[in-house]
Amino acid sequence: MAVRTVINAAGRMVPLEINGEPVIPFKGVGKHQPSGRKYAPLIPSCSEFPADGNKVIRSLREALVKCGLRSGMTISTHHHLRDGDLISNKIFDLASDMGVKDLVWFPSASFSCNDPVIRYLEDGTINRIEGSMNGPLGRFVSDGRMKGTAVLRSHGGRVQAIQDGEVKIDIAVLVAPSADSFGNAKGTGGNSACGVLGYAKADAMYASKVIVVTDNLVDVPCFPMEIEGNYVDYVVVVEKIGIPEKIVSGTTQITKSPDRLLIAELTASFIEKSGLLKNDVTMQAGAGGTSLAIAVFIHEILKKNGWKAKFGFGGSTKYMVKMLEEGQMGYILDAQAFDLDAVRSVEENVNHFPYSVFNAYNYHSKGNLTSMMDIMILGATEVDLNFNGNVVTHSDGYLLHGIGGWQNCLHARNVILPLPLFRDRIPVIVDEVTTLCGPGELIDVIITERGIAINPLRKDLIKSVKGTGLPVRTINELKEEAERICGKPQKPKFENKIVAAIKWVDGTVIDVVRKLKPDN
Amino acid sequence: MKGDIAVTGNTGPKVRSDCEVTLKLKSSGGIVIDLESKVQRLYGESIKGLCIDIFRYFKIRNAEIKIVDTGALSFVISARLEAAIKKLTDSDLEFLPEMLRSNTYPGSPERIRFSRLYLPGDIPSMMINSGLHSAHGLILDLEDSVSPQKKDEARILVRNALRQVDFRGAERMIRINQGERGLNDLKVLIPHNVNLVVVPKCETKEQLKIVDREIHEIRKKLKVKNPVFLMPVIESALGVENAFEIARASGNIVAMAIGLEDFTADIGVPRSFGGTESFYARSRLVVAAKAAGIQPVDSVFSDVGDMEGLQQNVLKSKALGFEGMGCIHPRQISVINNGFAPDESEIEKSKKIVIAFEEAKRSGLGVVSLGTKMIDKPVVNRALKTINLAVNLGRLPDSWKKDLI
Repeated sequence: MAVRTVINAAGRMVPLEINGEPVIPFKGVGKHQPSGRKYAPLIPSCSEFPADGNKVIRSLREALVKCGLRSGMTISTHHHLRDGDLISNKIFDLASDMGVKDLVWFPSASFSCNDPVIRYLEDGTINRIEGSMNGPLGRFVSDGRMKGTAVLRSHGGRVQAIQDGEVKIDIAVLVAPSADSFGNAKGTGGNSACGVLGYAKADAMYASKVIVVTDNLVDVPCFPMEIEGNYVDYVVVVEKIGIPEKIVSGTTQITKSPDRLLIAELTASFIEKSGLLKNDVTMQAGAGGTSLAIAVFIHEILKKNGWKAKFGFGGSTKYMVKMLEEGQMGYILDAQAFDLDAVRSVEENVNHFPYSVFNAYNYHSKGNLTSMMDIMILGATEVDLNFNGNVVTHSDGYLLHGIGGWQNCLHARNVILPLPLFRDRIPVIVDEVTTLCGPGELIDVIITERGIAINPLRKDLIKSVKGTGLPVRTINELKEEAERICGKPQKPKFENKIVAAIKWVDGTVIDVVRKLKPDN
Repeated sequence: MKGDIAVTGNTGPKVRSDCEVTLKLKSSGGIVIDLESKVQRLYGESIKGLCIDIFRYFKIRNAEIKIVDTGALSFVISARLEAAIKKLTDSDLEFLPEMLRSNTYPGSPERIRFSRLYLPGDIPSMMINSGLHSAHGLILDLEDSVSPQKKDEARILVRNALRQVDFRGAERMIRINQGERGLNDLKVLIPHNVNLVVVPKCETKEQLKIVDREIHEIRKKLKVKNPVFLMPVIESALGVENAFEIARASGNIVAMAIGLEDFTADIGVPRSFGGTESFYARSRLVVAAKAAGIQPVDSVFSDVGDMEGLQQNVLKSKALGFEGMGCIHPRQISVINNGFAPDESEIEKSKKIVIAFEEAKRSGLGVVSLGTKMIDKPVVNRALKTINLAVNLGRLPDSWKKDLI
């Protein structure tokens, strides 16, 4: 049966139903008004749990059985162990072994260590993934081989979906670097420390059943707990939850590419000369090599002027920690720690602390942190002439990345995207993005090695850099230069089948990804 | 036909923006293209179309071609295919990509040459963004950075790069090979707006005269309007001994460089950080260049990770009288440009001297004095030069005198 489609407010053709459930097409930024009450899990009672608080049971298998694992359930995990996660795949090994089918996997992100689940997508153990898909998983989906339709959400969109009841988690399996027998858990300590567990909190609060898995059982209380034991059903102790060197990079590295450094320098110069960088600024930059270089340049500018950033929002890295420790940053509010310095800092420094994703990113709440941020440095795979951004597919149509906090961060006051004008031969500035993830009205500045384009809506920013000598150009000029160098690319060819839906921060469908036609 | 199979270009896990072409000419069967590209879905059709155009241009009707592509731009693919065709045929046709209008500017003898970035002539990925890093000159190198079996195809790639890579105002330089091969390099490249030719391993003035004459002939024959300047590189003891006459071998010589790797090898000692072993040679070269009225430029600093060391090296070099240095990595450029530029205190001092000089001139005094100190004419000249340089580099506004009042 064909699903009805409509053109949404962003001009994209989207379905009215995904995986058999009705969905709301994107209506415009801030236009969708939610109604009703938040979702709530069933009310538990202490009488059902051991009075001595000891919820430790023998194995993950037993825990899954006791949680009533059966076909069609939604299983959630978090991604704080990143590419070193040893537990997520195991859940599906066990489920497959138990003959369970058609599960929905709802991770906060997936990594290449999760590629083995492809065999469970193939054999029907998993119906679909609702979360980020990279590399081979993305290819699997783009080739139309996943049974259900993928749903991609931002980090904030994920907690919104949980809170609003769009996604009802049956069992949350939460790995924790340290936990006590009651289920209190944190991201520090043990051999698999990841720093913070920000993305696991919503799962703990809203899932019907919660399993904490740790390799570092500590005495009660596991303090300071990020996950509170009162939400937890079972605690499983295993030998090893993760591979430490794949959980955090020992040290995040500034880019060595002279071209990327040039972009970073130009970005810092823009932020300085436009007057955006000042005392008491609030900002966020990522952990990519270019962002790190920008952070270093920003640190120098703050120092030179005797300024101090009010706070920075993590993912945290050693460069942010350096600002904190040397006095150029007041606080680090953190949702994830990217390297060992960041993990150490969150453990030692009271001014560096875990920050809830609800408070930072949730759009269905009474305000959130992102709109209070002055400077937001983000990436993208493509940007188009209307400043629309794509972060999930490449220009060749393959689904290759998750959204992360990207859509949420677009609500900051000044959103700046430092991007190469082209990658290898592929232009980054295009006529129209392959997949729309963020509307252009929220993207303010594109900084490339060959010039800076400012969104015409931001007349104030355009004025602020007049006469500074910065290479400001129109986005059309940049696109034309990219095409002059690379040639105009063909459009990838898609079939009609929808393989993934892209949700906006308010749960509406902003775009879809279609199945790629096989290589010709 | 020279053989039946030709392989050009590069491929491998670390290769980017290049392609490997394997060409087999046939007597029947038409053109068969086997393309394996990283950008297949976006540029597959355009790459195949380009190949067809090139075959048609060279009047080849039957061939099998395999291309393994890592995102090569069109001018790279066409250079690789043209080179493969030339390995198998005697064609002297040239499949030229469009010359960017922004690449047609002429050179000038007295332009600033603090930094010149070497770009290996067979590595396209290093060429594409080379114009972005504010080097005063970009050298497409056919000599030491290109292996002997790649020389012919690099020449075609460099020719295409001269037309298609945006030099963004940097002096357009090539380094040619020694001897006969170098003269062939000139034949292919001079028509594509080369501002300056770097001539390696110069030991006698005759070497320069041959190169100069060849360029003259090519320019006359093809009516090349823009001038082509020369920069000999001294890389041996004999070259150092002959530095002055080399510097004066042609009126087109605008700068003279020293190459220390080869020089130290020639005198049989290792190259040290302090450079004691080359101190005499470097000073001799500076003196010879200054005597001949051209710019002396220093050797490259080979540790691209050591910015601190580079900075010290630049300051030493500047103190010896050099007016520029080679770069082998874009990150070295800003250190070199900043190092050779006049610093704050030099500019301030020069400003005072120039003002005093002009006051003396106005009041008809024969002697310039600053406070109680008399200023000699050469000091005034140097101050004027420093001010000029500072203005040209944008470190001092043109209106600095008005700003003082």
